[in-house]
Order: sequence, then C-alpha cells, then structure tokens
Amino acid sequence: MSDKVRVALYWCASCGGCEEAFVDLAEDLIKLAEKVEIVFWPVAIDMKKSDIEHLPDESIDVSFINGGIRLSEHEEMVKLLRRKSKVVVAFGSCAHLGGVPGLANLYSKDEILRYVYVEAPTVVNPEGTIPKEVVKVDGQELELPKVLRLVKALDQVIDVDYYIPGCAPPPDVVKKALDTLLSGKLPPKGSVLGASSRSLCDECDLNKTKPEKILLKDLKRVHQVKLDLSKCYLAQGVLCLGPVTRGGCGTLCIKGGMPCTGCFGPLDNVKDYGARALSYLASILDYDDEAQAEKVIEEYVADPAGWFYRYSLPKSLVRGRYQGSGGEAHG
Amino acid sequence: MGEGRFEPRVVVFACNWCSYAGIDLAGTSRIKYPHNVRIVKVMCSGRVSPEMVLKALADGADGVLITGCHPGDCHYISGNYKNMRRYFLLKKLLKQLGLEGRVRLEWISASEGERWARVATDFVEHIRRLGPLRLKEVMSSE
Repeated sequence: MSDKVRVALYWCASCGGCEEAFVDLAEDLIKLAEKVEIVFWPVAIDMKKSDIEHLPDESIDVSFINGGIRLSEHEEMVKLLRRKSKVVVAFGSCAHLGGVPGLANLYSKDEILRYVYVEAPTVVNPEGTIPKEVVKVDGQELELPKVLRLVKALDQVIDVDYYIPGCAPPPDVVKKALDTLLSGKLPPKGSVLGASSRSLCDECDLNKTKPEKILLKDLKRVHQVKLDLSKCYLAQGVLCLGPVTRGGCGTLCIKGGMPCTGCFGPLDNVKDYGARALSYLASILDYDDEAQAEKVIEEYVADPAGWFYRYSLPKSLVRGRYQGSGGEAHG
Repeated sequence: MGEGRFEPRVVVFACNWCSYAGIDLAGTSRIKYPHNVRIVKVMCSGRVSPEMVLKALADGADGVLITGCHPGDCHYISGNYKNMRRYFLLKKLLKQLGLEGRVRLEWISASEGERWARVATDFVEHIRRLGPLRLKEVMSSE
C-alpha cells in the first residue's frame, strides 16, 4: 500500500454542488492526486458499500461527507464511514448545519411526500401513488430507505472532527482546508477549516462605505432595487447577513451583486445562527412605535425562518416546526 | 400536578429597574400571582436575546413572558425598544416554527404590582389552554 493519504468522499442529501467544489480545484487536483489516494467516491468511482465494509477500522485517513442526513441510508453510511475513518470532515453547509434541505423541517414528512409526489404543479400522478418503505412486486418484497422525520446535520448523527463551511465551499476555502489537513498539524477538534474567525464585513470591500450607524426605515428585497455595487448593501436597505456570518468566502456573492445569505454559518460560540441574525435585524430597524414596528415587520419580513435559518435550521435550538407531541406521523 | 391539572412552567424575564421591582411590589403588597412563573432578573429587557427565549422553550419551558419598562421609561433609554422589535420578529418566526402564542411581551412598571399579577395569571392560563410543550422530546425523537 502506498504512503499516500487515504481519502473517502461521500454525499448524503445534497445537490451535488459540493462534489463540484472538489472538481473546481482545477489544476490543484493534479497536485492533490500526488498526495492523496481516493478510496471511495460514489459520484466518480464505481465502488460499493461492501468495499468499505471490508476495510479495517480507521484505515481511511480522512472522510469528507457532504449533504444533510435525510434518509436512514445516510445514517447507515455515515456511521460506517465514521468507523472506518481516523478523521471525519463535514463538508459544506448541509453537513455542517443542515443546509437548504434542512428547511424541510418546517413541514411534516407526510406534507412533503404528498406535495412532491401528488400536489406539485409539475407532477402527473392521477393515482396519487406515494413511495412506501416496503412494496410487494410479483411476490417479492422491495425495500426503500426510510425518510427520517427531521433532516439532521452530520454531527447530530456521528462524531465530527472538522467542518468546511459554504454552499458550496469555494475552491480557495477547500484548498486551505486541505492544506491544513495534509500538513499534519491538526487544529483543535471541532474547528471550522479554511475560513475566517471574523465576520464577513471584516473582509468586505464595501465595509468602508458602511455608515457608522445603520438605521433602516424600510427593507427592500433584491428584486425591488437596483443595487449600487460600490456601496454597502445594508446602507441601501437590503438585508445582508454579513455582520453575523463567518467570513472567509472572499465576499463572492457581494461581488456578484447579491447580499450575504449566511452559508458560512455562525461565528465561534454562537449557538443559534438564526436567532442572532434576527436580533441583529431588530437592532437596525428604525422604529420605536409599537404599532408601526409591527406593521413594517409584518409587511417586509415575509419569511423569517427562510431568511435567518436558510442554511442552519436543523442545528438551531428548535430544529424545525414543532408539530405537537400527539398525532405525530410514525418514523 | 395537583388534581391532575397541567401546571405550565413559565419562564419570566424581568428587567431590574421596572418589571422586577413591580413583581417585588406585588409580593410586598401580598398580591397573589401564580406559582408557575420562574422569574429571571436581567438588567434590561434589551438584554433578552432571542437565543435565551428559544433556549428556555427548548429546555422545557411551556411559555416565556418577557417584561420590561414601558416605552419611554427604559433606564438605558432604548433597550425596551430593541426588545420590542425583536419580539415582533420573533413572534413571526415562532409562528413558522409551530410555537405561536408561547411567548409574550408585556410592559410592567415598578408601581404595577396589580398589573403584574393580572398579566402573569392571564399568561399562565393561556399556556395552560395551549397545553404542555415537549419541544426537546418531540424534536429529538426519531
């Protein structure tokens, strides 16, 4: 066996963007290939679960796992990879915080299945067939993985050593994180790799145009305003989550004319990203009159859960929509 | 749980300068208020972050009552306004999270012992009608 670092890559509930993030390393991939041996990567290499099962425990040096945990299959696979790996890295927002798939926690499992397979306008399903976990076909029993009740972040299922943030992590961040991991000088467990420990505003070019004190009378959504790309978006009345979001991405969205939506997640020691973001918005709204404040919030803040928990609902204190303790659908 | 009746656990955040003094006044005036409240003194209602409220609910409270000085009376000038805006945002978020009605904001001055007793009784009864909140149990079960 070679002395290369043995690496596994796996995806759970993800869009494929995180796989793309590896390919985006471009020519650095060739350099990486000299140091690394990929032992498992379902998206690119034809290998089966049994190939991993046959490996000795802790024989993989690093497993990069992306995607949220949505199915029983994901749980099974990440537990297997945990056993076979020395280090596990949660790669990208979904594995880190639950990610966009985590917003599904605002609905019950039944609501989601019904919408996706029956009600969605693009679906033709006159018999209203909804996938079942066990189906009999020609006397044979076929099994599908179970849909879990709630989407989870990776560290809500297995022990995670490091996190690489971002939706998807930009190439620079991936490269920095890989350099850290391959250097052998490992940071303390639980560290977020490749990113900054300061907020996004700290590295934003528009920060110098940010007024000393921001007070907003009304909020505008991006489609309602033509943004001046040389001026802090907050000062233009567009909610940018830069102040409460971990930096390190190089302000890619802001350079592209979009405010920060928070994919790098919270700064160190913040327990609930969304609550912090909400609190920050409350502090810059310029209303002292109760009736007015309530009206403006009602009017402009259309979807607080979607704004503040876009990438982190499963890792929030509440984790999703509470659906009572009675009458809950099984599984 | 006398007579098998549901006894809500209500966490109250009370500011040092107005609301806590108002609650104290209710005590020294021997005005009755429900025993269901667990009062946490903070220096200002502006100190009550949404994390604190959500954590209380996640850790077993059935309801959270935030109290502060009336508008215009904040010891730190603007803390209660900050809290008020936060509350309206939080209220909207809580609706999406299926926790509507579990959190309430009330202004209690240092002279309003009677009002405190009324507000506390009303909120405890309201939570009693909503029933127990078993957030941690439900949200961490499979």
